[in-house]
Order: sequence, then structure tokens, then C-alpha cells
Amino acid sequence: MSSLLDRAAGASAGPPSPPAAVRTTGSSRGVVSVLVLLVLLALVALASLMWGARDISAAQVWAGLFSPVAGDNDHSVVRDLRVPRTLVGLVGGAALGAAGALLQGVTRNPIADPGLLGINAGASLAVVTAISALGVSSVAGYLWFGFAGAAIAAVVVYGAASLGWEGVTPIKLALVGAAFTATATSLSSVVLLTDRRTLGEYRFWQVGSLANRPLDVLVAVLPFVAVGLLLALASGRVLNALALGDDVARGLGQDVARGRLLVVTAVVLLCGSAVALVGPIAFIGLVVPHLARVLVGPDYRWLVALSALLGPVLLLAADVVGRLVVRPGELEAGLVVAVLGAPVLIAVVRRSRTVAA
Amino acid sequence: MSASPGLLPTTPAERLDVAARGLLANRRHRRARRTGVTLGLLAVAVALCLTSLMMGDYPLSVGQVLAAVAGSDEAPAAFVVTELRLPRVALGVLVGIAFGIAGALFQSVLRNPLASPDVIGISQGASAGAVAAILVGGATGAVVSLSALVGGAAVGLLLYAVAWRGGMTGHRFVLAGIGVAYVCSSVVGYLLTRSEVQQAQSALLWMTGSLAQADWSLVRSLALALVVLVPLVAAVARALDVLLLGDDQARSLGRRPDLTRGLVIALGVGLACVATAAAGPVAFVAFTAAPIARRMLGDGTLALLQAALVGVVLVVGADLVAQHLLPADMAVPVGVVTGAVGGPYLIWLMASGRARAA
Repeated sequence: MSSLLDRAAGASAGPPSPPAAVRTTGSSRGVVSVLVLLVLLALVALASLMWGARDISAAQVWAGLFSPVAGDNDHSVVRDLRVPRTLVGLVGGAALGAAGALLQGVTRNPIADPGLLGINAGASLAVVTAISALGVSSVAGYLWFGFAGAAIAAVVVYGAASLGWEGVTPIKLALVGAAFTATATSLSSVVLLTDRRTLGEYRFWQVGSLANRPLDVLVAVLPFVAVGLLLALASGRVLNALALGDDVARGLGQDVARGRLLVVTAVVLLCGSAVALVGPIAFIGLVVPHLARVLVGPDYRWLVALSALLGPVLLLAADVVGRLVVRPGELEAGLVVAVLGAPVLIAVVRRSRTVAA
Repeated sequence: MSASPGLLPTTPAERLDVAARGLLANRRHRRARRTGVTLGLLAVAVALCLTSLMMGDYPLSVGQVLAAVAGSDEAPAAFVVTELRLPRVALGVLVGIAFGIAGALFQSVLRNPLASPDVIGISQGASAGAVAAILVGGATGAVVSLSALVGGAAVGLLLYAVAWRGGMTGHRFVLAGIGVAYVCSSVVGYLLTRSEVQQAQSALLWMTGSLAQADWSLVRSLALALVVLVPLVAAVARALDVLLLGDDQARSLGRRPDLTRGLVIALGVGLACVATAAAGPVAFVAFTAAPIARRMLGDGTLALLQAALVGVVLVVGADLVAQHLLPADMAVPVGVVTGAVGGPYLIWLMASGRARAA
């Protein structure tokens, strides 16, 4: 079946050594894309600071950031609500986007998303347990449970997938992850079906949102995300080799097992932090790498970086849209992400005649 | 074929003969294993069904159950079996068949082991329909089933509309399906967060998958749908086998891959829709039945029949556990058990050394 997977992964396997000309075009497109995305990200972040239940002018935002006046409502909204929210979106989006690219690469499966390794289900089960058994009821309280659940899930899945003949293979990783997800989800359901109070709280965490995340939660996960992003950016070469298939990668001198472990470590750090911070919004990690592939092609050195930029653009855009559509109420970012992202995904998929992994 | 040096065939004719015998022996061995696995699964499925019919607040013997099924109208036993227990078991069997086959079809035709109705949006579409009916319309029973059917079918049609471009590639269909699945999940999430907790819980119960609502009219409707769909699946199974060789091979053998693929996906969508409408998206059955069946056979074939049997064993067995082995006051729906038991089993299959890539 691994050959089937490879076929599904198809075009991700670029030519082993692209001619110099191709390489230059690839990287010049990459540089342009990165610059454009940085501008876009700045715009979305600005929109996130300006728009919401009450609109604040760019000048007021600027004043609120750099010369705040005590007692000015606009300034305190910017400083206390909008800035944390925007930062959470930036960090969470970058983590989810990069993690999605890593997972699609390491499993050679274009439908892999950050939930694949059982990380979201593990985090959800931990959060459900925390609410039900320990009475935890704040986002800051969920954080460590979510993170621990994600880490345990990843260790179990990776460990189980590494048993048996031929060690960790993409197909085993994917199937074991899905199996773990089913198990953990079932256990969560048992609790939720019998404990109404827990369902009452969990359902709001479960959709995923950027609202009401205190800054110290962000500060707590920041080191993990930073290390994860560094590992992610460093693993582009490994993923390019793995995309050719294990045998070719080995032939090119790549230590396949170690490369895979490196990538999975990055994924755990990124996804664990993201799910703790914003809830299980896996869709960003699914759609963003596909969009990035349209921009720079199958080279993972660029794909990971672009995904880390596209992730926050999509997440913040979803958050802003969610604030604007039902003013003065709001829709959770996790709900809007799918509505914004699905048409993009379908358009990308329809556009490609050939298989783009 | 290893023979000691002295016995090595010498003439070309002898060599050909040895090779042919080896081939035949291999084929016989595979056929025997196939028959063995199929009969074994069938026996387990029948045993589970009988046990389900026997167990309960009013325990029955095998003889009483068989007599009641055969049509005797001995007072309490006949009522307990035909009115109370048989509809539930029958629903479990039909749902297991439908999910087992649907999963096997999706995974083989879309060439992705992760493809199953819960991944490509059919389950989510049905869930969105059913949850909307429960939470917005306050519906119960047949209306919920119908809304689920409409939701799932709408997703299926939408996917054809966006993924069909002069033919169907698995890749386009799966990715479009995942996109739609997330949108439907968002709708469900929105409805769940904007409703009373009590109602949200009954919606969640539906989304876990349950056989408790079984009655004869539901069983009859589902059976009717399967009577139409399953023979069609059998009719395209051969073309699907050829398709597994790859598009070019299939074309050179006179098949039309795009057409076959489109047809097979439609059948898979149909099976998944009717089963989900009847019992909710019973977790994991469609995903896991085919990989388990294929690993049991170990010959790389499609294993549709075996996947259907594994589906039956999973659903009926899980319902048995949910009803009788777990505390009755928890009223655990079958979908919880299929996930909680099927998941670890698949992990064990993958982790144990005997597992082979299917």
C-alpha cells in the first residue's frame, strides 16, 4: 500500500537534482512570495488591531501601541484585547501552518493535517478529563493539559508505529495516528455523553478561538513554538529527500529514521503549542501547504517557510471576519477558517490537472 | 520453489512444469486461505448475532432464539426476539455491511488508506443535516434520518460538481471532500455552541452512532437500499480490480478508468449515506474494516466480501459490548465501542510483527 501512497503523493517527488536554472526560478519565486506574504501578514495584523466590535482608527491603534493614554478606551482595547489576540493568532497560525507542511511531507500524504498524529484527539481527551475530573475551567488551565495530551498522543503513536517490521513508515504513522484518534475521541465521547457540565465547557474550546487568551499563556508556549519553527525550517532538506521515497533518500545519504524523528519532534512542539493556545484548528495545517505549493512548487525548504507565513494570514483573517460578520457578537475563528479555507483548497485542487502532493 | 541440487529440473519442459505446479500450489494456498478467512468471519458474525439475540433482561437459549427467528410464536420468546432484539441486530448487520464495503471502495479507488466516509465529508454532511434537524427543528426519529440522508447526499453531489472535470481523479475528490468535511464540521460546531447543553448532548449522541433507535421500518428501508446498491458493487468489483493495476493498464485492457472511478465512488457515497442516516456515523468501522480484512487475507486483493463481514463483526460485536458488558446506566452508544476497541486493535495489527503492508 505504500506504493499507493507514493502515487497519491505523486509530483512532490521532484527531480533529484534540479537544473540550476530551475533552482534560481524556484528561489526567486520564493523570495517574492515571502515578501508579499510578509506585507499581507502586516495588513491582516493591522486589520486585527483595528476592526472588531468597535472600530479603531489606524492612528488610534498607533497611539495605543506606542504612546498610550491611561483611561482612553480605544487604547486599552488595543493593548489589552486586540494585541494579545493578534499575537496569539500569529503564533498559533505559524505553528499550525508549518506543522501541516511538515506532516504532509513526512507522511507523503497530501491529506495529512496536524490532527493526523492523534495530537488534537489526545489534547481534546486531556482537556475533557481536566474539565470533568479536576474542574479546570479557564483557557490558561487547559493549556498544560492540552499540551501534555498532545505530547502523550505523539509519543504513543510514534512508538506504536515504530514497532513491528520495517520500523516507522509513512503509512503506519498515518494509520496508527488515525486509530489513536478514534480511540481517544471515543473515550472523550463517553465523558461528554455522561457529563453535561463538561460538554457545556468543552464545546466552546473544541471549535477553536483566539478570544480571551491571556498573554502569559502565549509566553508559556512561545519557547516551544520557537524551537519547533527552527527545527521545521531546518528540516526542508530532509523532507525533500524523504519525498523521493525511503530507498532513494537512503541512497542520497539521508538517515531516514533520524530525519523522520526530527520532523515529528518539530510537529509535536508546534501542534502541541497551537492546540493548547487556540484549540484544535487542524484545517489551517491542511489547506496552507497546498496554497504554498501553488506559489513555490514542491521544494520543502520554501514550502515550510511559506506555510508558516500563510498560516497566520489565514487564521487572523478568519478571526477578523468572525468579528465583523455578526457584530457586536462574533464567530469563533475555528469556525470561519473552514468557510474561508475550503473554497481556497477546492480552487487549488481543481486548478491542478496533475497530482500535486 | 527450492529443490535440492540433484532434483533440479534440467530440460525446459521440466522447468516449465515445475513452475506451473508452483504457481498452482501458490494459487491453491491463497484460495484456501481466502475461503478459511471468509468462513471464519462468517462464523464469528453469526455467533455474535445469536449471542446478541440471546442476551438481555430476559435470557433465551439458542433453541428458543432459532425457533423464534424461524417463525414460531411461542409467547414471550417470539416477542422478545422479533420485536425487541432482532431489529437492533439486523440494523447492526446492515450498517456493518454498508460501512465495510463503503470504506473498502473509497480506500481502493481513491488510492489512499486514509480515505473513508468520515474523511471525505459524507459523515460530516450527514451530521450537519441531522444536527440541524435536532437542534434547529427539534426533530426526532425518521426526520433526523432523512435530514442526515439529505446532508450526506448533498455533500456527495457537491463533490462531484467540484471534482469532476472530464473525469475523476481520486486526489481531487479526496481533497475537495476534506474541505467540505471541515465546513460541515464548522456548521456542527456552530450549532453545538449555540444550543442548550441538553440538546447538544442528544446531537452528540447521534454523531457517535447508535443502534438503539432500531425498528422494523428503519431496517426495511436500509435493507431495500442495500438490495439495490450491493449487487451494483458486485458488478463493478471486477472493473475495480483491474483499476488497481493503474490507469494505463486498465485502459489497455479496455476499461475506462475515469468512468469506473466515478461509478465506484457514487456507490461508496450511496452506501455510506444510507448507513449513516440509519445509525449515525458509527466511528471507525468504514475506516478500519478494509485494512483488517486485507491483512487477514494478505494477498493484496480487494477483499470486499471480507471487509463487509469485518464490518458486521465490528458493529454487532461492539453493540454487544456496549449493551451488556458496560454498566447499563451509562447507555453507551455503539460508536463509542467501535472506536475504543477498533482503534487499539488496528494499532496492534500495525505494531505486531505479522502485519504486512496491505
